[in-house]
Amino acid sequence: MTTRTEQLPVAEDLFTWPPGDDNPLRLIGSECADCGLVSFPAAPACVRCASTESKRRLLADRGTLWTYTTQDFRPPSPPYDGPEAFEPYAVGYVELPGELLVEARLTEPDPDKLRIGQPMRLTLVPYTVRDDGTEVVTFAFTPAEEETS
Amino acid sequence: MTEAVIIGVGLHPFGRFPGKPALDMGADAVRLALADAGVNWPQIQGGYIGSYEVANPDAIVGRLGLTGIPLRGVFNGCATAGTAVALAARAIETGEHDLTIAIGLDKHPRGAFAADPSVAGIPSWYGQTGLFLTTHFFGMKINRYMHEHGISHETLARVASKNFGNAAANEKAWRRTPLTPEEVLASPVLNYPLRQFMYCGPNEGAAAIVLCRADQAHKYTGKPVRVRATALRSRRLGAFEVQSPSFPVGEVVDSPTVDASRAAYESAGIGPEDVDVAQLQDTDAGSEVIHMAENGLCKDGEQERLIAEGATAIGGRLPVNTDGGLLGNGEPIGASGLRQIHEIVLQLRGAAGERQIPGTPRVGYTHLYGAPGASAVTILST
Ligand SMILES: [Zn+2]
Repeated sequence: MTTRTEQLPVAEDLFTWPPGDDNPLRLIGSECADCGLVSFPAAPACVRCASTESKRRLLADRGTLWTYTTQDFRPPSPPYDGPEAFEPYAVGYVELPGELLVEARLTEPDPDKLRIGQPMRLTLVPYTVRDDGTEVVTFAFTPAEEETS
Repeated sequence: MTEAVIIGVGLHPFGRFPGKPALDMGADAVRLALADAGVNWPQIQGGYIGSYEVANPDAIVGRLGLTGIPLRGVFNGCATAGTAVALAARAIETGEHDLTIAIGLDKHPRGAFAADPSVAGIPSWYGQTGLFLTTHFFGMKINRYMHEHGISHETLARVASKNFGNAAANEKAWRRTPLTPEEVLASPVLNYPLRQFMYCGPNEGAAAIVLCRADQAHKYTGKPVRVRATALRSRRLGAFEVQSPSFPVGEVVDSPTVDASRAAYESAGIGPEDVDVAQLQDTDAGSEVIHMAENGLCKDGEQERLIAEGATAIGGRLPVNTDGGLLGNGEPIGASGLRQIHEIVLQLRGAAGERQIPGTPRVGYTHLYGAPGASAVTILST
């Protein structure tokens, strides 16, 4: 393959884009200026103290798997806009220590290869391709052990 | 304060009824409830009607009689019917009406609930990327619960098998084919560890109940069922809830079910040990397992033994979902909680036929849970 596919993030200000050496991949959350509650996606108003003052916060890119499940049937479209040819995927909550638990796709679709407490690392996955060939990417977590193998 | 009692119940079968509008199903359920109570529509002084799909469920008066009464539409997610009952009972308790009605009806299209995430205050990417499915939450909640409390896949299958078995004895249920735990375990995984036959499906149906002041019940029935408590709670920060892109770390906060359940027991002066028969939200087999503990009916982890012993079966120590629950009946959202109350009323009257639990049950319990993290509990007694 020689053609470089263009990529776009599924939403603005959801994660750092485009990620690179000087702009490492992180989820973009917010932190309440009054009570410190961390939110993702970034929230204009705090659900703990109702403050409307918040600041941008880049979240940790590593955590542990708190729970998970699989998606073995194609979700209803809309709102799902993944490819017609459905590939099952997994979903989980990853605990980012001291910050929050975030729901995300997991790159490992086999439930037998996932376990609660497993170290996970943030990554991006192209989850669909538009008619013009543009890949749309979203955030996901991948088992961190894969790195050392 | 005056106490509210239930004097009539009516249930339209749950299932698929092509060509029959939800309002017609609702009108049928109302007529059954009125006949059961021995009252006429013009005697009803007010009521509450719940639906998800029907924008103006109060239009049902066009099918029942244009008597001018206040009939208020309610919608509260999966707790809709619990809300309708609570408000109808409150209208009696406060003296606003002597005779009220709570009605629920719905007619959902086939398949998993689909909607734009914006209706739940969630950004579009959550739905586009395939995260906006309530079934994910149920899979993830029971997966962690099994990990923490030693619940097996076989226990999930036994719950589903029990509820389909109970539904087989219920002529108004939707899924009336009994399934063995082995057959349940052989069905395909939809959201690990939950399989096809461990999930309920959205469908169609309606139910209604007629309530009156306790001091007037003798005019209508010898077997009034007392509304001892109704409680509704929404999710608190820190609880693990459906449709949550994230939630805070730290101490896990109780679900709204625990909050609603405690409030209802306290208000009723009745404890979980007094409950003779219960209807719990079994969106999936795992939910029934978790809700047994969240409603105080057992400790976390005890379900494994209780279910293996048949404690929650008809004839067991604590029968749960004797009419087949959501697994056997499906979920027309607006009607679901009223279907639960219909069954409890039959059980407390000793009129549940093939499904009748032994002895003389005195206390019944109903529970709803769902999006966006709301729970409704009703405690009834003879
Ligand atoms: Zn705050």
